Amino acid sequence: MSATKKGFPPWALHFLLVPITVATLYPALYVIKLALSGTGGASASPWPWPETFSLDAFSAVVGHKGSDGSWLFGRQLANSLIVSLSTTALGITLACTAAYGFARFEFPGRRAGMLGFLATQMFPGILTMIPLYVLMQKLNLLDSMLGLILVYATTTVPFCTWTLKGYFDTLPKEIEESAIIDGATRLQIFWRIILPLSAPAIAVTALFSFMTAWNEFVLAYTFLSREAAYTLPVQIRGYVGDKDVQWALFAAASLVVSAPVMALFYSLEKQLVGGLTAGGVKG
Amino acid sequence: MARVTLQNIEKSYGDVHVVKRLNLDVADGELVVLVGASGCGKSTTLRMVAGLETITSGELQFDGKVVNDLSPRQRDIAMVFQSYALYPHMTVFENLAFGLRLRQMPQVEIDKRVGEAAALLGLNELLARKPAALSGGQRQRVAMGRAVVREPSAFLFDEPLSNLDAKLRVQMRLEIAKLHQRLGATMLYVTHDQVEAMTLADRIAVMHEGVLQQCASPNEIYATPSNTYVATFIGSPAMNLWRVPTAQQTSAEVAVLGVRPQDLLPCGQADATVQLRVEVVEPLGADTFAYGEAVDEHGRSLSDKAALADTDVHTRVRAESASVVRLDPHTAVRPGELLPLTADPARMHKFDRTGNRVN
Repeated sequence: MSATKKGFPPWALHFLLVPITVATLYPALYVIKLALSGTGGASASPWPWPETFSLDAFSAVVGHKGSDGSWLFGRQLANSLIVSLSTTALGITLACTAAYGFARFEFPGRRAGMLGFLATQMFPGILTMIPLYVLMQKLNLLDSMLGLILVYATTTVPFCTWTLKGYFDTLPKEIEESAIIDGATRLQIFWRIILPLSAPAIAVTALFSFMTAWNEFVLAYTFLSREAAYTLPVQIRGYVGDKDVQWALFAAASLVVSAPVMALFYSLEKQLVGGLTAGGVKG
Repeated sequence: MARVTLQNIEKSYGDVHVVKRLNLDVADGELVVLVGASGCGKSTTLRMVAGLETITSGELQFDGKVVNDLSPRQRDIAMVFQSYALYPHMTVFENLAFGLRLRQMPQVEIDKRVGEAAALLGLNELLARKPAALSGGQRQRVAMGRAVVREPSAFLFDEPLSNLDAKLRVQMRLEIAKLHQRLGATMLYVTHDQVEAMTLADRIAVMHEGVLQQCASPNEIYATPSNTYVATFIGSPAMNLWRVPTAQQTSAEVAVLGVRPQDLLPCGQADATVQLRVEVVEPLGADTFAYGEAVDEHGRSLSDKAALADTDVHTRVRAESASVVRLDPHTAVRPGELLPLTADPARMHKFDRTGNRVN
C-alpha cells in the first residue's frame, strides 16, 4: 500500500507478483495433474492441468493391499497417525513443562540448558542417525512405533521448548502473581492460567510437531523394514522403483498424505490467530 | 481484618539495599498510603507484605503473628495491581470466583459473594464479559471486586489508578474511599501521587531511597513535615526553601526556611518578609501562581547557591527551581515586578543543615 502511495504503479506490482504466484503454484498444480491423470505414465506436456480426469491413482493408493491381502494403506495410515499424534502429545507435554520452567524459574544450568537445546538444532539430523540406530537396536525398538515416537519427540522437543519459552516470556507475570495471591499453587497456575493463555503458541507448536513426524522420511526409512510397519512417507518412496517411477501413484499418495496436515491447519486456524491475552493487563 | 506490623524490615538485592529498617504499624481497619518517588522502595515493601518478595531481615506480623515464612495464600491478603492483572480467558464472573473456587467454596456461597461484590462495584451487567470487552475503569473495578469477594484480612493496592485517565482516576479514587468506609478494611495503598495519598489516607508514610521519612495523618504531614524531602514532596506547588533572611535569623541551628506558596501574602514594602522578582505569571482561574526569584530586603537572592552550599540535597535541588507564590486571581502582577510578600511566622517551617525540622 505504501508502495502505491509513493507512486509505485499497481501494474508493476502485479507484474512482479503474477510470475511469483505462478512459480509457487506450478509444482503443486503439476502434482494434482499427475494424480488425476490415471495410473498411466507421466505426461510429457508441461501444462499443469490434466489432459484426462481419472481417480484411478487415488483408488490404487488408498486401496493398496499387501501380499497377504491385508489393507496395507489403512495400516500405514494408522501407523502415521499413531506416530504423529503420540509424538505431538509427548513432545508438547515435555516442551510445555520445560519451557515454563525455563521461562519462570531461576536454577543452575538454566542458560546452559537453553543453549544446549539450541545447539542440538544446529547439527544436521543425519548426524544422529547412526547413534540412534545403534541405540534403537540395543533397546529392541527397531521396526516399532514406540521407537519412532521416542526419536521424533526428542528431536522436536528443543525447538518446541524454545518456541513456547518465547511465548511464556511474553505473558505478564502480574497475572501469575495475581493467581498466587488468589491462592493458586504453581501447578494450578500452569494448568488454569498459563496453558489456556498459551493456546495460540501451543497450537503452532503442536502443528509443527505433528508435521515433522507426519512428513519425516529419512529416519522412518532407516528404522523401519517391514512394510506393515511403514509410515506413509516411506510407502510413497515405494512408488519410485529401481527401473520405473509410478508418477501418478506417487503424486496421488503425496496429496493423500498432505490432506490431514491441511485439515489440522484449518482446524487450528482460530488458535493460530492468537490474541487471547488481550485485555488481561493494561496494554 | 488484621493489624499489619512491619518491624525493622529490610530488603536487599545483593549489595543494593532497597528497603532499610522499615518500621510501620497499620492498625485494624486503617488505610495507610505508602508514597514516594519511583524507586523509593514502596512497591517492594507492598510485595513483601503480600508474600511476593522475600524479606531479607526484620519481622512482618499480622495480628501479632509473624508471617515472614507464610505463602501469600496463608497470609489471606488480597492485592489490586496497577496493570489490573485480570485473567483474560475468563469472564468477569470467573475472574471474581477464581480465588473462591481454589478454596473449594460451595457454588451457592460463590454466587452470593460474587453477587454482593458485583452489586457493590456496579459490575452486575458485566459479569458475562471478558476483560478485553471492558474499559479501563471497568477492568480496575473487576480487579477490586476480585479482592473484595475474598473477604481477606488486608487489602493491598499497588498504584491501582496509575493507568487510568485523570477523570476516571478521580472517580475511582472516590470509589476506593467509599469501599474503605463500607468495608472498614485494613488497607495498605502504594502510590506516587500525593493527591491520592492526601485524599485517601488515614495516615501517609512517605518513603525516600528505601527509608521511611515520616508517617502521620495527611494534615500533620502537610502542616509539620519532618524534613525537607517530605516538605517538598507533599504539596503542590512544592514548598519554597530558602536560606534564612537576616531579619528572620533567630537561631544558628536554623539554616533553611520553608514557606508554602499559599502562605505568602502580598503586602506593603515595609512589612515584607521577602520579595519575589516575578518572572512568570500563571493564571489558573481559581488561583494565580507567580514564579520568580525570592530576594531579601537588600535584594540578595534567597536561593543563592553559595549560601545554601552546606545544606541538604533536597534544599539545594529545590533552590534550583523558581520560588512560587499563590495569589488571588484578582491580584495585578506582571513579570519583572518586585512583589513584596509577608508570611505568618507560625506558618514558616524551619530546617537545619541536614534538612531535619527544627521546632
